[in-house]
Amino acid sequence: MAKKINLIIDGIPVTVDEGTTILHAAKQLNIHIPTLCYHDDLCVAGNCRVCVVEMKGARTLPASCAMPVAEGMEIMTNTIKVRTARKHIIELLLSEHNAQCTTCYKNGNCELQSLAAEYKISEPTFIDLVPLKNYQIDAFSPSIIKDDSKCIRCQRCVRTCEELQHVSALGVAYKGDKMKISTFFENPMFEVVCTNCGQCVNRCPTGALVERNYIDEVWDAIYNPDKHVVVQTAPAVRVALGEDLGVPTGEIVTGKMVSALRRLGFDSVLDTDFTADLTIMEEGFELLGRLKKVLVDKDSSVKLPMTTSCSPGWIKFIEHTYPEYLDNVSSCKSPQQMFGALAKTYYAQKRNVDPAKIVSVSIMPCTAKKFEADRPEMRSSGFKDVDYVLTTRELAVMIKQAGIDFGALPESRYDSFMGESSGAAVIFGATGGVMEAALRTAYEVVTGREVPFDGLNITPVRGMEGVREASIKIEQTQGDWKFLEGAVLKTVVAHGLTNAKKVMDAVRAGKGDWHFIEIMACPGGCLGGGGQPIPTSAEIRQKRADAIYREDAGKTIRKSHENPEIVSIYQEFLHEPNSHKSHELLHTHYKERQRY
Amino acid sequence: MPNNFLRRVDLIFDEDCNLKDVLKSTYQRSNDDIINELLESGLKGRGGAGFPTALKWKFTSEQPDADKYIVCNADEGEPGTFKDREILFKVPFKVFGGMAICAKVIGAKEGFLYLRGEYRFLLPELENQLKVFHSALNDLGINFTIKIVMGSGAYICGEESALFESMEGDRGEPRNKPPYPTVSGFRKKPTVINNVETLVYSFMIFRYGARKFKELGTADSRGSKVFSISGDTPKPGIYELELGMTVEQFVEEFGDGDTKAVQVGGASGFCVPRKKFKDTIIGFEGVPTGGSMMLFNSSRSMYNVLKNYLEFFEEESCGQCTPCRVGCQQLKLGIEAVKKGERHAVYLDQLQKLAQTMKITAKCGLGQSVANSFFSIVENFKEEMIY
Repeated sequence: MAKKINLIIDGIPVTVDEGTTILHAAKQLNIHIPTLCYHDDLCVAGNCRVCVVEMKGARTLPASCAMPVAEGMEIMTNTIKVRTARKHIIELLLSEHNAQCTTCYKNGNCELQSLAAEYKISEPTFIDLVPLKNYQIDAFSPSIIKDDSKCIRCQRCVRTCEELQHVSALGVAYKGDKMKISTFFENPMFEVVCTNCGQCVNRCPTGALVERNYIDEVWDAIYNPDKHVVVQTAPAVRVALGEDLGVPTGEIVTGKMVSALRRLGFDSVLDTDFTADLTIMEEGFELLGRLKKVLVDKDSSVKLPMTTSCSPGWIKFIEHTYPEYLDNVSSCKSPQQMFGALAKTYYAQKRNVDPAKIVSVSIMPCTAKKFEADRPEMRSSGFKDVDYVLTTRELAVMIKQAGIDFGALPESRYDSFMGESSGAAVIFGATGGVMEAALRTAYEVVTGREVPFDGLNITPVRGMEGVREASIKIEQTQGDWKFLEGAVLKTVVAHGLTNAKKVMDAVRAGKGDWHFIEIMACPGGCLGGGGQPIPTSAEIRQKRADAIYREDAGKTIRKSHENPEIVSIYQEFLHEPNSHKSHELLHTHYKERQRY
Repeated sequence: MPNNFLRRVDLIFDEDCNLKDVLKSTYQRSNDDIINELLESGLKGRGGAGFPTALKWKFTSEQPDADKYIVCNADEGEPGTFKDREILFKVPFKVFGGMAICAKVIGAKEGFLYLRGEYRFLLPELENQLKVFHSALNDLGINFTIKIVMGSGAYICGEESALFESMEGDRGEPRNKPPYPTVSGFRKKPTVINNVETLVYSFMIFRYGARKFKELGTADSRGSKVFSISGDTPKPGIYELELGMTVEQFVEEFGDGDTKAVQVGGASGFCVPRKKFKDTIIGFEGVPTGGSMMLFNSSRSMYNVLKNYLEFFEEESCGQCTPCRVGCQQLKLGIEAVKKGERHAVYLDQLQKLAQTMKITAKCGLGQSVANSFFSIVENFKEEMIY
């Protein structure tokens, strides 16, 4: 047990574990200390200095986020010295910040703006530094826009990119008055190792890093009578959208979201969960096929372990970092892109709509999906398969713009077809979900029996641990799958690219004997995606994950291959998993990219 | 008239000592004995901050870690100091010797000398001297090696924790403290980091004993110190002087007869105006200095002097913490605006308040000490700031 430390904060005695910071000790007393550079997910930087407090006997004001408690310490968080210092610091940040709040995308959701309001900053005290600097907006990326004039140099993005993602696309450049957050050789974000994961966007306290939004483009499409606008919603959107619309964290809003999308004017409200189920069919059979080719046919051109391909952040990461393993990546497109390809083929035919008139919109928890939709590989319908990708946040903006009282909306169901899904699809939103869904189907295909886990809940692959391994012994196989009799299928799940790196380094070093690897670029999987409502923390992500597993448990259909719409699409259109038609529309390949 | 108060000392450059003899006799003593002698001497760090050297060594020696380091801070970057350069040029073996003694006390097997980027020209000779030193250690059976690490020219890397970051190959940015280097320094291991001059004095204390050192100076500022003297003086250069003199005594010796101010301690130090020469002691009881002494005569504009310092800080701030990064820019632009008449003179009061905030909220000594020169120049030469 940790040693206990006694201290006094604002005259109130408190006892905390050794190693606790003053900031957290104050939190236990419900004393609010403002912060900017501090973030629950990241290491302590102590560089904004907004959280300074007075410490008895000290000449300077320590930053409470970085100062550990000590026995007998006396802290004052609300003195004239502290107030003056904090106000000065906020004023300094404002003098360096492009404070055109009314035209800022983050207006109303900016931590600096809130602090300025809290400290009632009126007239600018100091000289405006923004006109003295030659700021240029980096708007080349289809995913992320970087505006240095709004940057307060808190380095949350730098720490995110390095610690959580091991990408380090963003770093600190220059020093002194010229210090800025930049990229390799100051190239645009689009041309560096950035994976577009948007975790930096999720943690930027101001409007310096935001998603490229396509709100107006989508409105234009909706208002255009010549267009047929189809929308799909990713599994993780429904467990987080409510956070931006006044609903408590962890509440699922699927039904209200569907109603809202109809009210916005989309012609058809469909579900990415449908193609998540389809992904399981394609990817599950691809895995079984690879196992057969490797184990039975001894085909050395086929690679194992196979990794998932749903996360476009992961795809770009492997393209840059482990290009020699690109053949190990499942050839399946992500559910978003499968949906896009089908929307302008299968859907268009069945609904008798000219695919040229279809505008395909997706609502994603993700900023990398914007980049993915723009990839040249993603045009197998003959058109751009997905025209516009909106983040969960952008959808929330549209709902507010439309004057909809979200909380009062009735619940409604997705349109059919391409709207039905299983519980296996729902859990795609959480780390380990794709693995669990794939195992539920693959095991049953091979053995004719359900996976041997209570209530189909494959708990070893669940949870928030960075890297999780699980194995299943395959017994009493049937038909074509006899070759797998007695085999132990070894799997590993990783979320956050730092953990992905651990897994891939093990593979590279020959230490991992896995068959199937699930990797999601974002912490917690898609539910912690870069396009999800801000803020994020381990606690918030856990609540979203709990919601996802609740939704799965409540579904009548729990396995992808039992989704009736999946059964029909194979009967009517695709014939069988990994068919010629599937390969044409639902599979793709990726390319090596330079590290620098 | 001879200046009776100004005593020149010759400890640092005194070559009447044998490296092997000093190391041999010191290595025979117990660590407690060594620390006590150093404590007795009253030696405080010569880099400017003035932390008792013996305590640094003691705290580090008490850490249980197997790996510990002694680092010599030779990133001499304070405007107006050039004494470490001379020491490294003339008596590097004493620096190495000081490091070897420290290594024994704390239990370090490796030492590093972080050399200022601009001093690269010293490197070949230092490497030669290091070979001689290592062979002497070999003769004595002492298991300790020193490596030289080059800086790249950033002032901030003279800040000890930024220096460690730089040595580790990262961006030279100060760390949060605590933990202090004695607990977590280079490679997050307990580390003693001492200025070049401090290490030489440590070595000389074990050459001559604490008493000889203690006889010099005052109660708060024991011993002597090497000064780098520049500016409006007929005899610029490097002088080792006993501590405890007043600025008046100093000016009497080094001034040109028209000295209006002395900047003690470089850009991060204090400006002493003529009216305060008499009452200001150069030392820890008055104005401390890492060695930089800049004299200004009446032909100099103190506005220009301050602006120059602020330009220096604006550029040399690492840029990570708000008070220093933005504060330096605001102070510089602020005095310019007042001078040009774009802001009213009362804006100087606002800037002084800002400097006060920087002093108490900046993350490291750089940002905290900008206020020293700002206050002492603005308060004493206000009319020069405005008109």
